[in-house]
Amino acid sequence: MMRETFVDTTTALLAEDPRTALVLADISADAFEPARRRHPDRVLNVGIREQLMTGVAGGLALTGMRPFVHSYASFVVDRAYEQIKLDLGHQDAGAVLVSIGASYDGAASGYTHQSPGDVELLDTLEGWTVHVPGHHDEVPPLLRAAARHDDRVYVRLGLQENTRAYPDSARLRLIKRGGPLVVAVGPMLDPVLEATRDLDVTVAYTNTPRPLDAEGLRALAETEVVLVEPYLAGTSARQVAEALAGRPHRVLHLGVGREEVRRYGSWEDHARAHGLDAAGLRTPIKEFLW
Amino acid sequence: MTVTALPTDAIRAMVRRMSGDEKHAPSSYSTLDVLWVLYDRVLRIDPRKPDEPDRDRFLLSKGHGPAAYYAVLAAKGFFPPDWLDDMGGWDSPLGNHPDRLRVPGVEIGTGSLGHGLGIGVGVAHGLRAQGYADSRVFVLLGDAELDEGSNHEAIAYAAAVRLPLTAIVIDNQSATHGWPGGIAARFPGWIISVIDGRNHEQIEYALAKRHHDRPNLVVATVEPKRG
Repeated sequence: MMRETFVDTTTALLAEDPRTALVLADISADAFEPARRRHPDRVLNVGIREQLMTGVAGGLALTGMRPFVHSYASFVVDRAYEQIKLDLGHQDAGAVLVSIGASYDGAASGYTHQSPGDVELLDTLEGWTVHVPGHHDEVPPLLRAAARHDDRVYVRLGLQENTRAYPDSARLRLIKRGGPLVVAVGPMLDPVLEATRDLDVTVAYTNTPRPLDAEGLRALAETEVVLVEPYLAGTSARQVAEALAGRPHRVLHLGVGREEVRRYGSWEDHARAHGLDAAGLRTPIKEFLW
Repeated sequence: MTVTALPTDAIRAMVRRMSGDEKHAPSSYSTLDVLWVLYDRVLRIDPRKPDEPDRDRFLLSKGHGPAAYYAVLAAKGFFPPDWLDDMGGWDSPLGNHPDRLRVPGVEIGTGSLGHGLGIGVGVAHGLRAQGYADSRVFVLLGDAELDEGSNHEAIAYAAAVRLPLTAIVIDNQSATHGWPGGIAARFPGWIISVIDGRNHEQIEYALAKRHHDRPNLVVATVEPKRG
């Protein structure tokens, strides 16, 4: 559903704002064909050329346009990392990178189509805002907000969704008040709520882990904090440490493991393998907090 | 002007301010004649207004050895010639690879090879989408830089969509494995001219000519790199 929402919203943005451009590398090209026919100068499919896709986005931005760039996370971030670093960042050019595939949506496709390290890669670079929506209804406002400025934005779309949308979740949003704080990023909220249903914890949610809401974290955190993210475990360790610097604290970072699973199946299978389903989350959270 | 003449003695002196001596200056010269003709006779860029949206764009993809580039920009008034004296120094805006945020007139920051052509394709698309039909895009590469695969993504795509931009390859035979069959053979679908990279009349003729429906390549041959 997130992918369809992205197509609909970006198609609308292309019609509304002549500054908006879209650069594709074949992925989702069919879905954007009506938009390409209406705006052939601003909907560009460069073929299976992800380095070029990102370079073209940098060039478009340098002329004052607002490029959206789209492919699987493994191609838009991992493969074109140096173009993201140099053709965008070093030029002080902005773009909106919109990925699908997340960490393991491409479970049956194998590791070549998986990108658990995308957010950590972007963390090596300056100035990226990262959105990880947990529900398709959170996607349009994030894209529309990104279209209005020239900064560097990454929107990470996935198959896994929460049952309820929280569109206004750039800051940490209090979902459940109790004892120690558990922070859920994007689609991790529902598994976290189920895993902690009978536990005395505070649960907070965000769909914008970069910049991480340090003020909100300081306000909600006591001594123990658990952070649950749908990408590499520990990706936010530096941000949490900086936010809580100067006060005694313990943090448990849960997320995707670094080892290759080397199995196929579904995203649900891989969530289970990485301990990111409700049952898998419950044990380490309980052991850490009690 | 003879075919081997450098643009002006003044420009040579400017390059020496950066390279330090006669011995090292020639390595900075491979691009010099093309750059001088571009900025002196071809590009529509006003150094007093280097951000005009409808200006022509020159992208130095070959960010290595930018002394000639800096000298030409200084000679054309984009920044004071005094800046040339401390190239690469802590207090200098001029690095061994150019940074667009530090140097007026520099359109892109380069150094890592193989980035300028892809960005140039985006610039050409952006100008066209905004109706700047008269604005041209030039990208200068080195022949060794063509080893980078990213160039070939841009070369094939620009030909396929018949995008009007101009690539200039300075050929001083520095590619490790050379280009069997010639550099031009790597640009299928492009309009190609091969010229003497020291002959100002040839350079001007090749670069001033507009091609509205296809990309064009100018291979500017200069003396082989030594050492």
